[in-house]
Amino acid sequence: MTSLRYMLYQLRKNPLSIIGIVIILTFIIIAIFAPIIAPPPEGHIDPYMIPRYGYSPIPKPPSEGHIFGTTEGQYDVFYGVIWGTRSAFRVGLIVIGTVLAIGIVLGSIAGYFGGVIDEIIMRITDIFLAFPILILAMAITVALGPSLDNVIIALIIASWPAYARLIRGDILAVREEDYVEAARGMGGSHLRIITRHILPNSIYPTLVMASLDIGAVVITAAALSFLGLGAPVGYVDWGQMISWSRNWIVGPPGNPLAYWYTVTIPGLFILFFVLGWNLLGDAFRDILDPRLSRK
Amino acid sequence: MNELLTIRNLTVKFYTYDGVVQALDNLDLDIKQKETFGLVGETGCGKTLTALSILRLISPPGRIESGSIYFNADSGDKPIDLLAIGEEEIRAIRGSKISMIFQEPSSALNPVYTIGDQVSEVILLHRRQELVNKAIEAINASLARRNSFVNTLANPIRLAERSLYQKIAQNPHSLWPRIVGRIPLVRRLLQRLKNEAKKMAISMLKEVEIPDSERVARQYPHQLSGGMEQRAVIAMALACSPRFLIADEPTTSLDVTIQDQILELLRRLKSERESSVLYITHDLGVAAQICDRIGVMYAGSLCEIARVDDLYANPLHPYTKALLAAVPKPGEEPHAIGGIVPDPLNLPSGCRFHPRCSRAIGICREHIPPMHELAPEHFIACHNYQGETGGSSC
Repeated sequence: MTSLRYMLYQLRKNPLSIIGIVIILTFIIIAIFAPIIAPPPEGHIDPYMIPRYGYSPIPKPPSEGHIFGTTEGQYDVFYGVIWGTRSAFRVGLIVIGTVLAIGIVLGSIAGYFGGVIDEIIMRITDIFLAFPILILAMAITVALGPSLDNVIIALIIASWPAYARLIRGDILAVREEDYVEAARGMGGSHLRIITRHILPNSIYPTLVMASLDIGAVVITAAALSFLGLGAPVGYVDWGQMISWSRNWIVGPPGNPLAYWYTVTIPGLFILFFVLGWNLLGDAFRDILDPRLSRK
Repeated sequence: MNELLTIRNLTVKFYTYDGVVQALDNLDLDIKQKETFGLVGETGCGKTLTALSILRLISPPGRIESGSIYFNADSGDKPIDLLAIGEEEIRAIRGSKISMIFQEPSSALNPVYTIGDQVSEVILLHRRQELVNKAIEAINASLARRNSFVNTLANPIRLAERSLYQKIAQNPHSLWPRIVGRIPLVRRLLQRLKNEAKKMAISMLKEVEIPDSERVARQYPHQLSGGMEQRAVIAMALACSPRFLIADEPTTSLDVTIQDQILELLRRLKSERESSVLYITHDLGVAAQICDRIGVMYAGSLCEIARVDDLYANPLHPYTKALLAAVPKPGEEPHAIGGIVPDPLNLPSGCRFHPRCSRAIGICREHIPPMHELAPEHFIACHNYQGETGGSSC
């Protein structure tokens, strides 16, 4: 109970983290209630495909029926951004969850046992880290064939080494602490020492990075979609929606902001999603790390 | 057999980039039942290393090169060689039969767990059997008084709990309870073990004279003072009533009044539990206060072992004499030992002390002096006394 009260106290002290939580909660609600907020039109088969209202390439401005207007190819922007929240969560959470699991296991093994195992795992991460994340993810997606699932796989392959490295570094530092030696002296097994004594003292930087990275992963996925490597055409995906508006960023001469809604609205959704996770990452650090609570 | 622990020919080497460091060189040491043995010497002479070797806690690049450490846990049994047994077996000994108190209490406690959690962890590790029996008793008691409606409803859960605990009682490593312990919600069934361990931890904290121990058990290490932290560390070390306790400079970071209290506490607990203590210190005053026998170490080997009164009244080895002369006394200039501690990568030939020794003779440069018993219970490794036995000299 005291820890809960302490958590709330920490949160109250840092209003930015409250904003982060509010933003992410809003997105969660949007994702859960997407079928109510933006119900698929009658006879629409797959709710994850954006309904289109005609085939004209020229976007139409917001109107009664389409409150955020329609984008190139007459896809409904409102429907796309609301349902796109689900895709964003799916990509972000699956990628970061898997990457965390891989990173924690491999990083702990490398950091705790050291020696040859450490050398092997770290050289493998070096190989992956030699490529820029976006390029590597692109290459893998191209090889596997463009689809959202393959984007997820590609992002997992491209981003686990950073986590393994980060965890390993923190474990190397904590491993030398006296209380770890003391735990060994008390007869704890390796598994117990790693999970009970080392990880709780070294995992916080990684958790903070993970929550910051959920936003970054969504941006990278959007970038891949923007390049045409992501979801199939018409799928609810913010990156793809921005890629449709590529030709409509600047309007006709004399009215440069004519098609603002095509790029601004999906852009704002991505912006707030990433911002929310960033602020939440800071909040996590304040709440979770017991070493900061020595007041 | 009178000895609890017998170390023979213990050699520890560190394989560093600069070369091989001979950290312990053919160390022989006996520790008797119920005695407090003090290990004194300068920083880096291998005191802590000796302690870590006993628990086999030396990590790479260090390695125990040769030797044997016989530990006589129960006087009836044959002594076991701690260096020859498997990893599982040594783990079962660590913390239960041999445990260690570390020098810096604030860093020997894990900052993310409460004091109660840390003390009960040791109990959960090594006294599971007792905990299980207590839990089964408690369940039986609550099963016996079934009269209310609520009790009848809860009975199936209690029965499930009991069968689980009985499985652990039969085989502490059986698979099913271990799986249950990992599943959220279901692992509440094993909560009784934790609760019992908590109770034992609190009584242990009471025993090390921590006031208001129930509150302290809920506190984190940073909320305690250094003296209280050291008491908590002692509680952890003694939670399983070890036969042998290693105390590695437990009072160095404390001020003198607290130091005195801790020493008094250690002495009381030691005599209550009839265990032996290896007390490592560089403070000769503390050593005189608490130890029965003292071994003086220099550069990885022992140079003199004697009863405490004998050693202080009649030091024989030139290093011991120099060490005692270097203790500051009021109104007197302390005599520093000339020269410096030898480079461990490049130890002098023969007796390690000869470059700094005022009484070095020719043979000291060539041969390592063997340890021999000069007077009853007074061992010394010095060429100056070679050949003499029985009567004391100088």
